[in-house]
Amino acid sequence: MKFLKYTALFLALFSLSATVTSCDDDDNTNPAAVNIEFENVVGSNTLELNSATPYATGAGDQITVTAFRYFISNVKLKKADGTEWAQPESYYLIDQALPASKKISLTDVPPGDYTSLTFTIGVDSARNVAGAQTGALSKGNMFWDWNTGYVFMKLEGRSPQAPGAGAVILHVGGFRKGENAVRTVTPTLNNSVIRVHEGHTPEIHVKADIQKMFVGSTPIRFSSVNNLMAAGTNAVNISKNYENGMFVVDRIQGN
Amino acid sequence: MALSITRRYRALLASALLMLGVASCEDKTPPPSEPAVTPTTPYNLQLPSQLPQSVVLPTNNPLTVEGVDLGRKLFYEVKLSSNNTMSCGSCHQQSKAFTDGRAKAIGVDGIAHKRNAMSLVNLLWEPNLNWDGAATGLETQARVPIENPVEMHQRLTSGVAKLQQTALYPPLFAAAFGSSTITEENVLKALAQFERTLISSNSRYEQSLLPTGPKLTQDELKGKVLFFNHPGEAGNTSARGGSCDHCHNGNTFLFTSTSFTTPGGNTQYFNNGLALSSDLGRFGVTGVASDRGKFRVPSLRNIALTAPYMHDGRFQTLEEVVDHYNEHVDANTADPILLVSNPQINGSLGALGLTATEKRQLVAFLRTLTDSTFIKDPRFSNPF
Repeated sequence: MKFLKYTALFLALFSLSATVTSCDDDDNTNPAAVNIEFENVVGSNTLELNSATPYATGAGDQITVTAFRYFISNVKLKKADGTEWAQPESYYLIDQALPASKKISLTDVPPGDYTSLTFTIGVDSARNVAGAQTGALSKGNMFWDWNTGYVFMKLEGRSPQAPGAGAVILHVGGFRKGENAVRTVTPTLNNSVIRVHEGHTPEIHVKADIQKMFVGSTPIRFSSVNNLMAAGTNAVNISKNYENGMFVVDRIQGN
Repeated sequence: MALSITRRYRALLASALLMLGVASCEDKTPPPSEPAVTPTTPYNLQLPSQLPQSVVLPTNNPLTVEGVDLGRKLFYEVKLSSNNTMSCGSCHQQSKAFTDGRAKAIGVDGIAHKRNAMSLVNLLWEPNLNWDGAATGLETQARVPIENPVEMHQRLTSGVAKLQQTALYPPLFAAAFGSSTITEENVLKALAQFERTLISSNSRYEQSLLPTGPKLTQDELKGKVLFFNHPGEAGNTSARGGSCDHCHNGNTFLFTSTSFTTPGGNTQYFNNGLALSSDLGRFGVTGVASDRGKFRVPSLRNIALTAPYMHDGRFQTLEEVVDHYNEHVDANTADPILLVSNPQINGSLGALGLTATEKRQLVAFLRTLTDSTFIKDPRFSNPF
C-alpha cells in the first residue's frame, strides 16, 4: 500500500517534470534532428564482410557474408499522445560495405518526446511501381530488371552447406498480393523516450541481426534455399523471419 | 606594430610594382598578346535520359565551352610526353572506344604498363577511376599517366613549360581560366572537362528499345535474356542466365557496378575468378585481404571495340571472356554471385553451364552495345 503511494507520488512528480520539460519544448518549436545508426550483427558479433571464419546462422548452417544490403523506408516517430511524424520521401539503402550508409539522419523533426519508432524493411509497394528512382532508390543491382521492383534485402556469401560451389544468394523482394514481403516494424524502445529539441540530436542505435533471417517461423537451410532471386514463398518466409526481432533498439544516446 | 605595418605596405607596394612590371613586359611583346578576359561560356552538357541523372560535378571545375575545347587539344597534345611522341590519345584512340588494341599499354620508352588501357566512356558516372579505383577524380587521375615512367614519362611542370612557349596555348588558357599563365592545375582541369563530355548513349541495343528503332536479331535477343538473367531468375527454375547484369548493371545503361544510391555514387569491386597474378588490384589500394584480386567493373559499352580484355588483356576475344565466366572461374576466389550454375544440358561445360549456342548468343548481344556514333563524333576527335 505504502509502496503504491510512493509510486504514485513518484509518478506524479515525474509527470510534473515531464510536463515542465514539454512546456520547454513547446516554447521551442524549431525542428530538430534525430540520427539512427544501424549496426549489422550476427548474434552477439558485429558483422564483418568476408570474415576469416564463417558465422553460425542459428538454423544449423554456417555462412561467410560477402555482401549485405537492405532498404529502410517510411520512418515514423510517434509521441505518447498519438501524434505521429512521418518523414517525407523516406528511403535509405543500408550497405554493410559503405560505413556512411549505416547512419541516417532524420531532419526537420518537430520537437517533442517520442515514444515509438516505426520503419519499413524494404520499399513500400507504391514506390516499387511508380515515383522517382533517385537517391537511395537509384536503379542498380538492388533493382530487378524483369520484375519491376526492388530487392528489399540482399545477402550474399558462401556456405559449406550450400550445394555446388557453395554460393548463397538471397535476394528478398516482392510487394504484390500473395507475395508481399514488405515488412513494417516498431522495435521496442524499452520505455525510453526519444527527446527531440533544438541543439539536441538523439542517436538511436539499432542492431540488425542477420541470424533472424534464418530462424523464426520458417528456418532457412542453405541445402534447399541458396539461390533466391524472386518474390514468392521463400522471400515471404524470410521476410516474416526478419520481421520478428531482427531490428532491435539497443540504446538511445544524447537523450 | 607600426614597423610591421610599414613592412606589409612595402611588400604590397613591391608586389604591385612587380605586377606592373610583368604587365608592361607583356605589353612590349605583342605576338601572343593577352586577350581581354572575356567570360567563359557554360558548356551545355546533355545527360541522356536513360543514364543516371544524379551525377555530381565538381563545383570548382564547371564545364565551359572554352575549357572543353582546350581539354580536347591537351588530350591530343604530344608535348605532354617526354619525347613529344605520345598524348593521352595514343593509348585512348577514339576509333577503338578510347583504347589502344594492345593487351598492355606501351609508353614512350617502349616499356609495357602492367595493365590494359581502359576505355574512356561515361566517366562522368565514375567516382573512382583506373582498374583498382586508385584515382578518386578525373582531375587527379590525369596526372598519373602523364608522369608515370611507363606511360608519358614527363613531369607535368615540364609539360606546362613547353605549352607556355607555344603560340597556341596561352590564349586558350586565358579564355578558359582567365590567365595566360599556364598552371598544372588548369591543365588537369581542362583534361577532366573534356573527358566528362565523352558520353556514349546511342548503342544499337539502346536504339532497339525505341519504338522506331532497329530490331535485334533472335540470337541477340536470346543473348540479352542471358545477359540480364541469373540462373533460376524470378523463381523460374528453368530460367537460364549468364549473371552478367549483377556486375555490369544494364538497368543504369552504364554496364558497370557504379551505384548512385549515395551522393556522388559509389564503386563496387569484384573478384571475377581469374587466376591470380602478381597484380592484386584493389588490394594494392586498400591493403585489405578480402580485396585481393578485386577490380573495378569496366563498362561493357563498345566492348566489341576494346579487345583485348581484362585488367591485363589476357583474353583476345569476347568468346574467350565468356568461356572464362562459363568454364574457368576459380570457385575459391570468385564472388559468389558468379558461382550459381544453370542446370547442365548435354554438351555444356563448367560452372555456369551455358551451351555453345547460348555462349554465341551472349556474345551476339554484347556486340549490340557498340555505339558507332560515339567513335565518329567529331567533338571527340583529334583536332590537330
